[in-house]
Amino acid sequence: MKFAVVNFPGSNCDMDLYYAIRDGINEQVELVDYRATSLDGFDGVLIPGGFSYGDYLRSGAIAVHAPIVKEIIRFANDGKIVLGICNGFQILTELGLLPGALVRNEKGRFICETVELEVVNTQTPFTNEYQANETIKVPVAHGEGRYYCDNETLSQLEENEQIVFRYKNNINGSVALIAGVTNKQKNVLGMMPHPERALEEIVGSNDGLNLFQSIINNQVRVNN
Amino acid sequence: MTEPTAKQIREEKLYQQWGLTDSEYELISQKILKRLPNYTETGLYSVMWSEHCSYKNSKKVLRKMPNKSNRVIAGPGEDAGILDIGDNQAVVFKAESHNHPSAVEPYQGAATGVGGIIRDIFSMGAQPIALLNSLKFGPLKDGKTKHLVNEVVAGIGGYGNCIGLPTVGGEISFEDCYEHNPLVNAMCVGLLNNVEFKHGTASGTDNLIVYVGAKTGRDGIHGATFASDEFTDTKNKQRSAVQVGNPFIEKLLMDACVEIIEKHSDWILGIQDMGAAGLVSSTAEMASKAGSGLILNLDNVPQREIQMTAYEMMLSESQERMVLCVKPQFVNDVLEFFKRFELDAVVIGRVTDDQQYKIYQHENLVTDIPVDSLTELVPEYDRLEKKPARIEEQKDYQFIPQIDSLKNTWLTMLSRPNIASKKYFYQTYDSQVRANTLVRPGSDAGVVRIRGTKKAIAMTNDSNSKYVYLNPYVGGQIAVMEAARNIVASGGEPIGITDCLNYGNPENPEAFWELDQSVEGIASACEKLDTPVISGNVSLYNEYNDVSIYPSPMIGMVGLISDIEQVTTSYFKDAGDLIYLIGQTQDDFNGSEIQMEQLGQLKGDLRSLDLEKEKLHQDIVKYAIKQGLLKSCHDLSEGGLAIALSKAALDSGLGFEITTRLNSAQMFSETQSRFLVTVSPDKQEDFEKLIQGEFELLGQVSENPDFKVTTTNEIVVIDGQEAANDWMEAMACLMK
Repeated sequence: MKFAVVNFPGSNCDMDLYYAIRDGINEQVELVDYRATSLDGFDGVLIPGGFSYGDYLRSGAIAVHAPIVKEIIRFANDGKIVLGICNGFQILTELGLLPGALVRNEKGRFICETVELEVVNTQTPFTNEYQANETIKVPVAHGEGRYYCDNETLSQLEENEQIVFRYKNNINGSVALIAGVTNKQKNVLGMMPHPERALEEIVGSNDGLNLFQSIINNQVRVNN
Repeated sequence: MTEPTAKQIREEKLYQQWGLTDSEYELISQKILKRLPNYTETGLYSVMWSEHCSYKNSKKVLRKMPNKSNRVIAGPGEDAGILDIGDNQAVVFKAESHNHPSAVEPYQGAATGVGGIIRDIFSMGAQPIALLNSLKFGPLKDGKTKHLVNEVVAGIGGYGNCIGLPTVGGEISFEDCYEHNPLVNAMCVGLLNNVEFKHGTASGTDNLIVYVGAKTGRDGIHGATFASDEFTDTKNKQRSAVQVGNPFIEKLLMDACVEIIEKHSDWILGIQDMGAAGLVSSTAEMASKAGSGLILNLDNVPQREIQMTAYEMMLSESQERMVLCVKPQFVNDVLEFFKRFELDAVVIGRVTDDQQYKIYQHENLVTDIPVDSLTELVPEYDRLEKKPARIEEQKDYQFIPQIDSLKNTWLTMLSRPNIASKKYFYQTYDSQVRANTLVRPGSDAGVVRIRGTKKAIAMTNDSNSKYVYLNPYVGGQIAVMEAARNIVASGGEPIGITDCLNYGNPENPEAFWELDQSVEGIASACEKLDTPVISGNVSLYNEYNDVSIYPSPMIGMVGLISDIEQVTTSYFKDAGDLIYLIGQTQDDFNGSEIQMEQLGQLKGDLRSLDLEKEKLHQDIVKYAIKQGLLKSCHDLSEGGLAIALSKAALDSGLGFEITTRLNSAQMFSETQSRFLVTVSPDKQEDFEKLIQGEFELLGQVSENPDFKVTTTNEIVVIDGQEAANDWMEAMACLMK
């Protein structure tokens, strides 16, 4: 598979994602500038964490006006794989590709910690390598990671099995402990935790590896 | 506003407001220029001749520090020092203080401290890889100090998190003397892959000076002068001297500068950060190092305010700006290059061969002075020294703690602000971005691997000003050795240091004696370890109403871990592991945390430090780690053995059962040169054969989280959960 890591001004986890693909799962990967207008030739799009445009105005709010964004929307609507992590998740909710919004953490403070997540749905292109209800350890690092949606949206998310990851402990005050959700079609995932920081035991956990491996497995299944 | 004339400046002695003395002004007007300097020129001299930029008071003392080893590629005098780590790679690091701005505007003061030190690293062509910080405040007893702490921590996190560099280590402590004069020291470590790049010179006539980055505004004017003055009740609110940071712009600037040096070093001759004293300092230093002159045209400088005077533009400390010296044939390439990053880049001047520093604004020549007079002709002072009376008076005093209940004292000590877990603060710093952090804050040193190699870099910030206050010489040695123990305990070989020397007014002979003595102590320890001082900064005038802070040298040490397999952490690993104390424990309570707890003041002298023994113990630990004998390793510092054992247990969720030859009081002794290590039972024989000499087998790590302790006079069991609560929750409680 060939992945694009979309680089906005202020993205700062772009290289971490790049290495996750190149060294973690040995697949092809390229950085794609926010001014690019085509994602032709790519099988998956990854939107990295960071502070796109300094998070000024509201996190993710300015990035949605970058030229590449139209192409990301087309890509998602074609049913191809789109993964947004941290600031990438914020951008995807700003775009409306994912429901809900990410707001300031409950306690108002930035939090960097390795947390436990429950894999709620293993029937997605991003989680098929995990065991049902498996608990995984993945780092978080965010100030605006508290997932919010109204009750109606929440019941839809639950009904459609769009909730993919939940925090074991509610570190930021998220609705229903939500750490990651997909769109209805399950080809777009947004999550606040950083699986790309959990690829090797030596950095504290390798529980993130299965997420990237799942994407590859999914592709293999689709192709067969 | 009309600027005062040169004559007015002399007659009304306006230069004094900017920190120039009568004799300095005379030197400039009579010997150097042989005419009266105008308003702009007087401003340039006043910032360039401030202590902050010129080190005119401290230079003589600083020369005592060793700055050579076979790893040194660049030492003091550059934006940051460089040490060879093999494989055509080098580490670049420096620490800098931002004390005065942080006292006045804590969020921006701290944030721009971080921003400034990052620029010092990437201006050397290095990719910044990690940040650390050392913070000192007054006691957390009132809203004002809590606000200060909250804002400083938020400023550090806000900048580092946004730019995407992990904050992997640091320290926070609290003493009365910092109430009105907090210390905010930040350190950045970078990795250099292009060891040949020559940085920071403007050489070759007709080469062009290019300005890159944020626009120039009126913020931070006279920041350097401000930092070279003391606080009093009546003059402490120079808010205009504080800069405002924009980490988003700096992220673009960092990526652009690292890339241009990596890919296009043939286009440029030099690159320098506009830090203290902004435009003047960066360009004058570049020209002076190259022995050239310079012409600047201020009309080309990107400005974000209207009608700025030459004086304001030259002295502004607006953040996120760099200057480059560019070969004329590549100037369009350079301008295009930065445009790709959406950064302002414009030609503002050119190099000349007449060694004059000339500035034009609106086609008027507003400055025409010799370049070297800004950087080289600054007078150097030999300040008076006097040993403070307290030193002699307290020489023979020895504090011995009174322990009525070891359990109660133990728990009280765990929740002391200087000892309690600082997770409440450091969890607001992103410590893992870039996915290379192997050891996060909370262990002895932060460790970051170098991707694509087996190597890793260990780094730590250490200072214990209480020791330095009691005995500056020994205190200086301890600061270095404690940093080294942190590096060694993490599996590293100490290779060099940077420092922030935070002291009182150098014109006060007692404060100057403290500076001189502690620098000698630092120098002697560095020589013993072969760890040169390759960069650093001096922050003098840390006073409030004529009362100095404790002499507070902060040591930023970097160590090389040759194989990531050897990375070692401080916390216990498995129940059943044997716990050893390396080093002998004596009644060292002067300057200790337990002295502050029980006596409420510092008193007495310090035992002199046996550098041989210190080095021997470090070498033993290094060797034991290399042999794979240690499962955990922890330096003993504040609070002594009791606290070291507690931290090792609390971070692991395990407990311990020990019996010691020490009495209950000695559990809190702060004798130097000691380590707490754990060894797997099957390695007991190998380990004991190796260490021989001074060690004590204390007991074992237990699955049960309680602390079971037998001293020579007491047997106690401390509830692990209670200890965890006291240690973990203390800071959150105090900050409420």
